[in-house]
Order: sequence, then C-alpha cells, then structure tokens
Amino acid sequence: MSLDTSSTPLSFRRPSGLRTVKNGAAWVYVSLAAVLTVIPLVWILYTVISQGYRLVLNSNWWLQSQRGITPRREGGGAYHAIIGTVEIGLICALIAVPLGILGAILLIEYARGSKAARAVSFAVDILSGLPSIVAALFIYALFITVFGFGRSVIAVSCALTLLMLPVVLRSTEEMLKLVPDSLREASYALGVPCWKTILHVVIPTAFSGISTGVVLGLARVMGETAPLLILVSYAVGINFSPTSATMGALPTMINSGRDQAPTLPGYERVWAAALTLILIVMLLNLLARGIARASKLKEK
Amino acid sequence: MSTRSPVPQVTSHPARPRPAAPQPTGHGVQLAEISQAGDRTFRFLAGGSGVLIIALVAFVGIFLLALALPSLLQDRDNFLFSRSWTVVGDELRFGIAGLLWTTVLSSVVAMIIAVPVAIGVALFLTQYLPRRFSGPLSFVIDLLAAVPSIIFGLWGLTVLGPFLRPVGLWVSGHLGFIPLFRAEIDPSSSVFVASVVLAIMILPIITAISRDVFTQTPRDQIEAALALGATRWEVIRSAVLPYGRSGVVSASMLGLGRALGETVAVLIILSQAAPGSAFTPSIFAGGETFASKIANNASEFDTPSKTGAFIAAGLVLFVVTFVVNALARIVATRGTARS
Repeated sequence: MSLDTSSTPLSFRRPSGLRTVKNGAAWVYVSLAAVLTVIPLVWILYTVISQGYRLVLNSNWWLQSQRGITPRREGGGAYHAIIGTVEIGLICALIAVPLGILGAILLIEYARGSKAARAVSFAVDILSGLPSIVAALFIYALFITVFGFGRSVIAVSCALTLLMLPVVLRSTEEMLKLVPDSLREASYALGVPCWKTILHVVIPTAFSGISTGVVLGLARVMGETAPLLILVSYAVGINFSPTSATMGALPTMINSGRDQAPTLPGYERVWAAALTLILIVMLLNLLARGIARASKLKEK
Repeated sequence: MSTRSPVPQVTSHPARPRPAAPQPTGHGVQLAEISQAGDRTFRFLAGGSGVLIIALVAFVGIFLLALALPSLLQDRDNFLFSRSWTVVGDELRFGIAGLLWTTVLSSVVAMIIAVPVAIGVALFLTQYLPRRFSGPLSFVIDLLAAVPSIIFGLWGLTVLGPFLRPVGLWVSGHLGFIPLFRAEIDPSSSVFVASVVLAIMILPIITAISRDVFTQTPRDQIEAALALGATRWEVIRSAVLPYGRSGVVSASMLGLGRALGETVAVLIILSQAAPGSAFTPSIFAGGETFASKIANNASEFDTPSKTGAFIAAGLVLFVVTFVVNALARIVATRGTARS
C-alpha cells in the first residue's frame, strides 16, 4: 500500500462546523457538570454556617452541656456531644489503627501476591462496602443478643471500627507499596531482621501516608450516625465512661433535635451542632491533606 | 508452587535470616546469631490480624443469618414478596418487597442522576483543567464526600426538598398517568428528594474513581488522536472514554452500593411522610428503605423475634450490597487485565 502524497498536498483546515459544535458542546457539558458538583457543597456550607454560626461563636457552646435545657430555652452547649464524638473516634482508632497497619504489613511485607493475601484483600473489599447499618446490626447481634451485654459506647466504637479498618488498611497498603525495595534490601544486607526492618525502616518511611489514612478514617467514623442510633442512647449530660449505655454525640444531638419547630431556640442548636460536626470533619480532612503535602515536599 | 515450604515466600524478600551457628569464616569474621523470636512474633501478629479480618467478615454473615433464621421460619408471609410488616405478637407477618423496591428505586434514580455528572466532572478535571486548578477542585469535591450524611439529610429536608417541589409537581403533573410518577404526597419529602440527595452523596465517590482512571489513559493514545487532527472531544471519545469504561462502570457500582446502604439521610427525608401509608411504586411517594426501616425502629428491638425480623432485613441489605460491590470489583479487575 502506498500513499500518493503528491496529488493531495496536506492542507491544514479547521475542523468542520459540526465537529466544532460538538467539541464546544462537550466543553459546556463538562463545565456545567463541575459547577453542578460544587453548588451542593457551597449550598450546604452556606445553610449550615448561616443557621449555626451565632451559637458556635459563643464560648459557652464549647464548654457547657445540654443538661436541664429544654427545646424552649436558650443556652447550653455541645460539650457533652463533642466529648462523645471524640471519645468514640479515639476508641475506634485504638482498635482499627493497629489492626489496619498489621493487616497492611501482612499484605505487603509477608504475603505479597499469595492466596492468603488475596483472601484478606477480598475481606477488606467487603468491609469497605459494608453499610454502616449492617455493621451496627452485626455488633448488636454479637454483643447484645449473643453475649448479653447492654448497649454501650464500646459497642458503637466496635461497629465503627469495621468502617474505619478498611480506610486505614488500604491507605497503609498503598504507602507500603511505595517504599522502595532498595531500602528494605539495604537493611537486610546489614543483617537486620525482617521485623526490625519493618518497624524502623518501612513504617517510618510510610508514616505520613499512614497518618493520612488514620485521619481520614477518623473523619469518616465521627460523622456516622446509624450505629449510634442502634447501639447507644443519646444523653444530654457530660459523661466520659466508655461502658455507659448513654452518651451524647454530635450526630445524635442533631438527630434528637431535628423534629422541633423551627421557631424554637432548640432548633438553632441543631444547626449549630451540624456546624460543629462539619468543622471537626473538615479540619480532619484539611489535616490529612496537610500531612500528605508536607511529606511530598520533603521527598523533593 | 515449590514443595519446600507451604507458604510461598515473598520474592522481593530474602528468606528470613538463618540462625547459622557462628562460624569462623576465612577472614576471621564472626557472624552473630540472630534471634528469630522477634520475627516470629511479628509474623504471628500480622497473620493474626489477617485471620481476624477474614473472621470478622464471615461473622457478619453468620451472625446475621443465625439471628434472622428463627424469625424467618416463623414468618407466615412470603419473605421476598410480602409488603406487610407485622412483627409484634405471636403471628409474624413480614416481607421485604416494599423495602426492596424503595431501596433499589431510590438508589437507581440516584445513580441515573449522578453518573453522567460525575463523568463530566472527571473529564473536566483530567482533560480540560490545567493541573494547577484541578488539584484544588478535586479537593473541594473530596470535601463533599466528607460531609456527614446526617447533615445531607437535614439540608435535603429543609432546603433542597422545598426547592425541588416545583420540579416534582411539574413532572407528576405531566407524567402522572405513569404509576412511577404519580403524585402521592407533597413532593418535598418524597423518594425523589431522597434520590437527589443520594446522588449528591455518591457523586464525589464516582468522580474520584473515574478521575483516577481517566488520568491513566496512555499518553501515546491521546497524542495519536491529536496527531490525526481530532478535536478535544474526539480525543475523549476515541481514547479516554474507551480506556476508562470499566473503571467508570465499577465506580458507578461502588456508588450504587453506597446509596443502597445509606441510612440517616434517607431516614430524615422519608420519615416526614406518614408512616404506614399504603405502598405505591411512585417516586413521588414516601416509603422506607432497608436501612431507614432498621434505624427508625432501633429503639424497639425488645423481643428476639422482632429483632430477628429487622436483622433479616439487614441480612438482605448485606447480601445486595455484597453482590453489587463484588460485581464492581470483577468489572474493575477485568478492565485492568484487558488493558
């Protein structure tokens, strides 16, 4: 096959009318899609901030509980709920972080590519798609129906651990994959055993990525509501005990007050609690991004 | 595999250091004995966590099934096809048909809304925007994923629902002769509003995965298309979209899985409609999904048979999301295997 180029000289033309129109339409479509995606975020933030900022700016909001405050009364704060949300998040992290990191170490350092690794990986995939309500039902079945314990903060934390675990494990796994093999080999060449290599070489190298995963996992579980509805009752007082059956948390604080008439002072507290929750979750997300960015700079 | 060891050794690793007895070598170097205790402990811990993770997943299925079975056996109605939900008293009559319909309907409508937009945004981020701007915009979209679901629900009920009311009235006014669009309740707290909220919630998930797939489109394919004189849209149609198709399908399935299991946002929006009203297939009606039904009745888990009925509903939800997620993984691995 030969092309006779002499008879048809190359000519550079603009694309024909229809093609230009299609190209323009595609541009309009994707830009519209981007605008459509940003609108809900801005809208939600505007709604929550405009309805809740007045209470959140008051220092009492951060220092007082809702004890003795009825929906018709002004005052009180979200201290009890913030304590609950943070405490549940911390208990969760206490279980999910070691388990997630060890799981990732198994997948990457000990069993990379093996059948065992594929089985664990599959289980993690299932966990990451597990609806929070199913996790809560499972813990209810295990703790309350089978073991006969009551509802408790620990039960909530265990249910949320199921949701946090895949986040921590996957991000740790991605980071361990990025650690260059030359570092490991250098360590082995010096006669350092495998476990010391992991603890002193691999984990520190991947540390920033692991902490990003932990922070993102925390952000996810702190905003979850469904397990709180099933496994713990909402309390308006300050309570630190992890074995207690009642504890305030920001999501349940919102949930318990959302049916009030919009004219009552209690309704404003619902939005203020929503703003507090968004602030905490967004701060955690910014923190995760900050950690990731700082470590990238160091690598350069 | 080799017959030497039952567990395949990792190739990128040297075998564990052997505790050779200190032997004087030719150069008089003494090799210290290395203890294996630390390594064994660590390997045991890592292996134990793997076993625990698998066991947890197995337990979720086993426990839900075990607790649901007694109630399922007492159920006088057909569990799959009945729409009644009587779980108090001696005679249990409950079925999931209504729950399944509302759950699937709301999630599918959410997907129909979210997927085209998500593909558009992912293309905008990867093919149109310069890198300097696409990073921050991606972060903003990721923040949308971080908004807690209860806030989506609160916003959906108080702000978005009234805003979408004219849309619902218009559609049900013009297409109301189709049962799917018949107006049943005030459209500001209908399944339709719940679907739009779900669409907004799964949008960032689908966008993030599609974006990752689109960025991996081979550079030479894009450049080849450009060299042939393709416009940007033609590049996308001929190189980017075919390459990313399996990724987008898998992302949409993951989004669907998330929408099926979403609890609180749906609960808040749909609980405004009168509970117990007659079942209708319309998207402008109220209804209950698996998750919202369970969460709504969480305070009434008092007798084992009653709890068992709700756990049976949870089990169905678990199975449905499991199948959807597994399909997503299969599509994704097929896609990467082919490319």
